[in-house]
Amino acid sequence: MTAETMPTKLVGQAIKRREDPQLITGQGSFLDDIKLPGMTHACVLRSPYAHAKIKSIDTSKAKAHPGVVAVFTGEDMLDLNPLPCAWQAGRVKNNVNTPRVLAVGEVHFVGDPVALVIAEDRYIARDACDLIEVEYEPLPVVVDAKKATEPGAPQLHENAPNNIVMEWEAGDKAKADAAIAAAEVVVREQIINQRLIPTPMETRGSIARYEPATGEFTLWTTSQAPHVMRLVLTAFVFGIPETKLRVISPNVGGGFGQKIFCYNDMAFTMWAARKIGRPVKFVEDRSENYKYSTHGRDHITDVELAGNRDGTITGLRVTTYANLGAYLSTIAPGIPTTLYGRIITGAYRIPAAYVKVYGVYTNTAMVDAYRGAGRPEASYLIERMVDRFAAEIGMDPAEVRRKNFIPPDAFPYDNGLGLLPYDSGNYEAALNKALEIVGYAEFRKQQEEARKQGKYLGIGISSYVEICGVAPSKWIGLPGEGWGAGLWESANVRVHLTGKVVVTTGSLPHGQGVETTFAQIVADELGVPYDDVVIEHSDTAGTPFGYGTYGSRSLAVGGMAVYRSVAKIKEKAKKIAAHMLEANPDDMVYENGRVYVKGSPDRFKTLAEIALQASVAYDLPEGMEPFLDETTYYDPPNCTFPFGTHIAIVEVDPDTGIVDLKRYVAVDDCGNVINPMIVDGQIHGGIAQGIAQALYERAVYDENGQLVTGTLMDYAVPAAHMLPPFETARTVTPSPVNPLGVKGAGEAGTIASAQAVMNAVIDALSPFGVKHMQMPATPENVWKAIRAAQAAS
Amino acid sequence: MIPAPFQYYAAKTVNEAIGLLQQHGEDAKLLAGGHSLLPALKLRLAQPAVLIDISRVSELKGITSNGDRLVIGAGSTYYEIARNEAVRAGCPVLAECVGQIGDIQVRNRGTIGGSLAHADPAADPPAVALALGATINVMGPNGARSIAADNMFVGMLTTALSSDEVITSVTFPILGKGEGAAYAKLRHPASRYAIVGVAAYVKFDNGTVSACRIGVTGAGSVAVRQPAAEAALVGTSGDDAAIAAAANAAGDGIDYLGDIHASAEYRQAMVKVFTRRALTEAVRRARG
Amino acid sequence: MATITVTVNGKSYTSDVEPRMLLVHYLREHLNLTGTHIGCDTSQCGACVVLVDGVSVKSCTMLAVQADGANVLTIEGLAQNGQLHPLQEGFWECHGLQCGYCTPGMIMAAYDLLQQNPNPTDEEVRHGLEGNLCRCTGYHNIVRAVQYAAAKMRGEAVPA
Repeated sequence: MTAETMPTKLVGQAIKRREDPQLITGQGSFLDDIKLPGMTHACVLRSPYAHAKIKSIDTSKAKAHPGVVAVFTGEDMLDLNPLPCAWQAGRVKNNVNTPRVLAVGEVHFVGDPVALVIAEDRYIARDACDLIEVEYEPLPVVVDAKKATEPGAPQLHENAPNNIVMEWEAGDKAKADAAIAAAEVVVREQIINQRLIPTPMETRGSIARYEPATGEFTLWTTSQAPHVMRLVLTAFVFGIPETKLRVISPNVGGGFGQKIFCYNDMAFTMWAARKIGRPVKFVEDRSENYKYSTHGRDHITDVELAGNRDGTITGLRVTTYANLGAYLSTIAPGIPTTLYGRIITGAYRIPAAYVKVYGVYTNTAMVDAYRGAGRPEASYLIERMVDRFAAEIGMDPAEVRRKNFIPPDAFPYDNGLGLLPYDSGNYEAALNKALEIVGYAEFRKQQEEARKQGKYLGIGISSYVEICGVAPSKWIGLPGEGWGAGLWESANVRVHLTGKVVVTTGSLPHGQGVETTFAQIVADELGVPYDDVVIEHSDTAGTPFGYGTYGSRSLAVGGMAVYRSVAKIKEKAKKIAAHMLEANPDDMVYENGRVYVKGSPDRFKTLAEIALQASVAYDLPEGMEPFLDETTYYDPPNCTFPFGTHIAIVEVDPDTGIVDLKRYVAVDDCGNVINPMIVDGQIHGGIAQGIAQALYERAVYDENGQLVTGTLMDYAVPAAHMLPPFETARTVTPSPVNPLGVKGAGEAGTIASAQAVMNAVIDALSPFGVKHMQMPATPENVWKAIRAAQAAS
Repeated sequence: MIPAPFQYYAAKTVNEAIGLLQQHGEDAKLLAGGHSLLPALKLRLAQPAVLIDISRVSELKGITSNGDRLVIGAGSTYYEIARNEAVRAGCPVLAECVGQIGDIQVRNRGTIGGSLAHADPAADPPAVALALGATINVMGPNGARSIAADNMFVGMLTTALSSDEVITSVTFPILGKGEGAAYAKLRHPASRYAIVGVAAYVKFDNGTVSACRIGVTGAGSVAVRQPAAEAALVGTSGDDAAIAAAANAAGDGIDYLGDIHASAEYRQAMVKVFTRRALTEAVRRARG
Repeated sequence: MATITVTVNGKSYTSDVEPRMLLVHYLREHLNLTGTHIGCDTSQCGACVVLVDGVSVKSCTMLAVQADGANVLTIEGLAQNGQLHPLQEGFWECHGLQCGYCTPGMIMAAYDLLQQNPNPTDEEVRHGLEGNLCRCTGYHNIVRAVQYAAAKMRGEAVPA
């Protein structure tokens, strides 16, 4: 964009993304695009059994295969520690078992890595895997989280009786019990939040290079958090100084949580590169990604919601079995506890609530954060139950929501479940706006008419609230939340002597447009041309330590770190300008890239002039260091709590069970908006993933622990024709937590959408007597729900 | 993602392909559009020692209209068939069926001959071939022969083709006045194959249904006709009640499959629903 | 090994390849044209779509030997003389990409779609792209991007 076409204020403008030119021309550099001299290729042999003892491994034929450089097994890598679990559930005992880089002695799920082939090219590596002979002794298998805790269930790990990772609770059990016992109405359901596979379009992978002369590793990996990977791999897995590893995330083809975590390929490419003295590349096939990389959700929940016939909700009691898979992934126990149990009451003032969560091991792939991470499960649960309650008492579901919303004057609001207080909100405004856009009253009339003609229309409302910027050290860093450190974010801002601005940040985009958004903020705040601001990221060499991009945190935490650094730059610039203009520093005004003396706007210095002065540095105020260079580690005082209302309209064909999603309306409030185009895009993508859960996607293991949905032939990621256009709008309730007033938008769409669609489907099916059905609402599931309801009535 | 090694031959003629098939026997596979075979090779579900590529055999190309018939070269892609004016005019159900297979890229490569030879239980073309009474023309070491669609599909991924035969073309009828056909499908959300696909053909004489053929794919291990449902419609006026009765008679003789996308019970019910839908549309078209 | 000659983005290449080499690996590994991506192993995702002799194909579901003598167009060959193709422009203008991994395949598929149907409805765009998966955008802005390009290629004003 040229200077002439740029608006004066960029914040709030739909600026085209600076990330795009390379990506639309095929010039991006994703992991598998990287080639290093002498690079070898790795292929992993994986267990075909969900649970088995490894009796023997014979690698001799594979080693003898032409083009094979080396073959390794778990026994070869005993010098590596198991991958760590960095976020355990707070205040309770966690029975921790984490994966080794390659399995040793026993495998616990289909896809567990057993051997590693390194070869001259990926074709040879793949061929040689077929030449490895492994003798297994199969053991009994359990894949269902609730069954895994029952007496007599197959046991995965010695230190986890009944396969329980942890038992965790929040809220007040006695109060919830009393509220339910005293209630006029109690609705009960078992609600299953099915297992999903995140499916970034780029699978995961790693390339490692080792320099024997210095003992230094470089690791390119598809990571949302390269600094954290550096820390974890050096300090925990290898036991080497952190300074011996540089981690680089190249262009990353989507993450959705799956790329936050530490995976075995990061370690084995490093280990093997050192061993063989050549770089090693590993890239997952899609089937490997489905078998081995983390999955999401997978809750079985028994829930009771109590209330009065006037629509007041009085109590909520929840017991959840969270399937965490065969081992604990990097932050797995934190997801169904802090990010789920603590927001189980959603947007409502519920005086008595209690939630108990069992984390459970099963013979399945590890489960960890997937877009929304705990909050979609919580939001689905409460929003489904509010509709269920509304239907039970015969009240309009919009009215029940209005009656129980936390009112605007109740903020900051403590929900009593151990969260920091909700920052700000106007839930009814968002609901009303969504109802108005969709034409709610008019729709109800159409629905009535359609039913008379044998057509089954339904409408579903979802009024959600979620948690972004899960960072404050005073909360998440306390032992009570189990994380043990704050999740602050860093940014360094430097104004070079030509006046060009270089920002380095611990945040990093893999689709979120962080470069564009951050540059908009910096350009506005410093008053410099947008094109004069460069945002550098994704490389531990050259960026300050930071926690990375996930949890909708990049703007509210990372963006704030940038903002703070810019503020410090401006302060220093004012001091230098005062010195240059022989004025009082307290009288200086920073505006539009100039510093002038208050009341005399023509007595000014431009930022470029000041930067030059700061750089050449022969005439600076007494004691001042040269250069405009400021770093911030921003630790926010609170999380932010975006909210909104999404509404879906469906038509169900009762003969086939096919659901036609006819309209989708989303009103979101993520506080102030820096780039509305990017925010809308984030909402769109989030909605798509929630609709996908409601209608299409599910990861299924059979009773032997085989992943039935092991490829995209069976796991139904929606294509364009399977989704409607999205009607998006906003309300704006700035966050008081940060001066930008921003909240976050990366996960809101996913947190809001599944229940909007399911509530619509169940509304459409209400004439048949359907009160609840499990996701996904596939044609067969809908068809069966109709028949089951008819049979019961 | 990576196929096991194989020997590759690009045949230039049908006879050359037959010779190679004879030479390599069970170890050889024909490669046409590759959209069933290559995915299986990549997952190493199939590891043939020899691939004989017939995708450039010019004899297998081309669509000709021959009075009351369409002769469609086995190597014609779905795209070529769906776009062909003679097919669209004379046998629109075929154009519609192949025009919705997979996606644009699948249709650009996938061939009618490849689909019929592979006999995937969920492929769409077998249903239409059965309903229209298509003829599969093949060439082998002993010369040419024709296989009626009714005799083609023997079982799961199994056809009446010998291992040394090549499908050269498929003959479909051109539908005339009083004839109509339609294809109705419940689509698999991920693979785009048929969970249940029903092709129906009806012919009216003097206001009465004089012929009816129904082909069902997806529901069972192999595509089949529905004789009871067909018989139920013949001799009726083809009104809604007659169609409903015929649809209700559908579903027999199918070795139902069940998986996470659709149980056997559901597929059985959907055969009836989609038979009704296909028949309704076929009758509408036949009545012009 | 087989010797093949392929014209890619107007340039002729002669290479020795294993018969089993997939076209996508040939483009990426032999010719270093890494703009064409791989997102699955079952021909579903469309990240690898290129044009072969003018029609879109999934280059993971075609052998390199089958492209012998063919004319291949990849994302790298779409912009002419530094001028973005209307589809590239549309994706940029309409925020039709986020992570950008599916984008090259999506653009090449849209290229074929518009060649088959220069004036599609939104619904036809959605159906025309059913062979391509995007996990970021929910497709809303991809449809807009394709319509932007379609209008521009028809010489009409681009939609707002």
